[in-house]
Amino acid sequence: MKDTKESMESSPLLTVNRLSKTYSTAKGAPVQALQDVSFHIRKGECLGLVGESGSGKSTLSRLLLSLERPDSGEMYVHGVPLNGLTGKALRETRKQVQVVFQDPHAALNQRLPIWRSVLEPLDNYPDVTPPFLADVRPNRRETAAKLLEMVGLLPEHLDRYPHELSGGQKQRVAIARGISLRPDLLICDEPTSCLDVSLQAQMLRLLKRLQRQLGLSYLFISHDIVSIRMMSDRILVMQEGRIVDQFPSDQILSEERHLYTKQLTAAVR
Amino acid sequence: MNTWHSIRQSPMTALGIALLTLLVFLTLFGPWIVPNDPLTVQMSERLQPPSWQYPFGTDHLGRCLFSRLVEGAQITLGLAAVVIVTVAVIGIPVGLLSGYVGGRLDTILMRIVDGAGALPEFVVAISVAGFLGPNLTNLLLSIVAIKWMGYARVVRSIVLSEREKEYVLAARVAGGSAWTVMRRHLIPQILSPVFVLAALDIGKIIMLIAMFSFLGLGAQPPTPEWGAMLNDGRPYFQTVPELMIYPGMAILLVVISCNLIADGLRDRLDVRSR
Repeated sequence: MKDTKESMESSPLLTVNRLSKTYSTAKGAPVQALQDVSFHIRKGECLGLVGESGSGKSTLSRLLLSLERPDSGEMYVHGVPLNGLTGKALRETRKQVQVVFQDPHAALNQRLPIWRSVLEPLDNYPDVTPPFLADVRPNRRETAAKLLEMVGLLPEHLDRYPHELSGGQKQRVAIARGISLRPDLLICDEPTSCLDVSLQAQMLRLLKRLQRQLGLSYLFISHDIVSIRMMSDRILVMQEGRIVDQFPSDQILSEERHLYTKQLTAAVR
Repeated sequence: MNTWHSIRQSPMTALGIALLTLLVFLTLFGPWIVPNDPLTVQMSERLQPPSWQYPFGTDHLGRCLFSRLVEGAQITLGLAAVVIVTVAVIGIPVGLLSGYVGGRLDTILMRIVDGAGALPEFVVAISVAGFLGPNLTNLLLSIVAIKWMGYARVVRSIVLSEREKEYVLAARVAGGSAWTVMRRHLIPQILSPVFVLAALDIGKIIMLIAMFSFLGLGAQPPTPEWGAMLNDGRPYFQTVPELMIYPGMAILLVVISCNLIADGLRDRLDVRSR
C-alpha cells in the first residue's frame, strides 16, 4: 500500500516543466504569455490556478489541451510527453485531458441538439467505455441521458437546443461532455465566471461531487480566489506569465505568502 | 411557417421564386411545348411578325423565335447551374483547408487567390476563352476560373472566425479529427452564406454567359443561346428590334428573379441582419 502511494507521488499525473510561450503582436513588442512555468498535479488532486486576466492562465490551458504549441518546455501526462503530438498519438492523449470552458454559450454548437453535443467525445472514441456508463454505452441516447442525469439535468433536455437552456444548464451540459470519457485530468477554465453569483456555488459543488465520485483530477483556473480556495488542495498564483507563489490551500493566509497573493486575499477579506 | 405568410412577408422573393419556377418549367419541358423546331431555317418565312404559328415571329433565317427562346432557357440555366456547382466544389474545399489548416498552406493558397484576383475578371475570362478557342466548354472553364476565388475567400473568412470559438476548440479537445470537426461544425456554418453568394452569382454568371456569346466567344451559331441570339439580331435592330428585345427580356427576367431570390435568402438566412 505504501509502495503504491509512493510510486504515485513519484510519477504525478501531469508534470509541466519550464513551459514558455510568446505571442508576437502585429506591432510593438512580443508578449510573453508564459515564462518558465513548472508545476505538477497528482492523481485525484485539485490544483487551483489563480491570477488576474492577462496573467497567462488561459494560455496555459490551451497548451495543456494541445490547442497550441509551446515555444519551449515540456508537458507530461502519466510520464508521456505531450509536446509535438499529432494525429493518432494526439487523439490518444486527448482522452485523458478534457476541458470545461468559460463561456457555456460559446462552448456548444447552436445547431446541434444537446444530446449530440454531450456525446461528441464518446462518438469520437467508440472504444472508450467509462465504468459509470458501462450499462448504457451501447445505446447513444441512454448514454446521453445518463450523463445529463449525472450533472443534474433531466432526460427532457436531450432534444433541446442550446438557446432553449439557461446559462447554468448549458454549463452543466459542458461539464457532462467534459467528464464523459472519464478523463484523468479535467481542466476547468473559469467555469463559473460567466454565471450568476447564485449559480456559482451550485456549479462548484457539482464539480466537487463529480471529482469525488469519479476520482478525477482538476486544474481549476479562476480569477476568483474564494472559489479557488473552496475547490483546491493546492494553489498556484500566476502573475504576468510567471508562477509567483505555490502553497497548500489551507496556508493561504500564512505570513509567508507572496506579496501578490496577499493583495489577492486582501481584496476579499 | 405557412406559404401565404412568407409571401406576405416578402412579396418580391415570392415573385422571384414564381418567375424562376416558370423558367425551370420551360427548361425541363421546353422540347415538348415549343411549336417549331428551333433550328429549322426557312428563308421564305424570314422576319415574320407574331402569328399563331410563330408566337413571337421569326428571325432573319426564318426560325421560330419563341422556340429558340425556350430552347435557350435550357442552355442558359443549365450552364449557370453547372458553373455554380463546379465553382462551389472547387471553392469550398480550398477555403476550408486554407482557413482550418492555416500556416504555410493558407499563405500559398491565399497568395494564389489574391494574385489571380488582382487581374481584371473580364480580361482573364476573355483571354482564357480566346486562348482555348470559342465554344461553350471553354466559356465555362473561363467563368469557373474567375469565380471560384470568391467562394474560397468567403469560406476561409468564416472558418477563420469560427475556428477560434469555444465550441470548435471543444470539438478538437473531444478528439475530433480535422475532418470530423469540419463536417460536424464548420460545413453547416458555411452552407448558408455560400448559398446566398451562389444565388447572387447566378444572375452575374448568366449575364457573363450571354455577354461572351454576344461577343462570339461562347455559344456558336446555330445554338439558340440568348446572348448569341442578341448578336444575331444586331444588324436588324433598326427595322426589327424584337429580335434583340425578346432575348434581352429573357435575360433580364432570369437575372431579376435570381437576384430577388438571393435577397430573400440573405434576409432569411443571415442571422445578423435579423
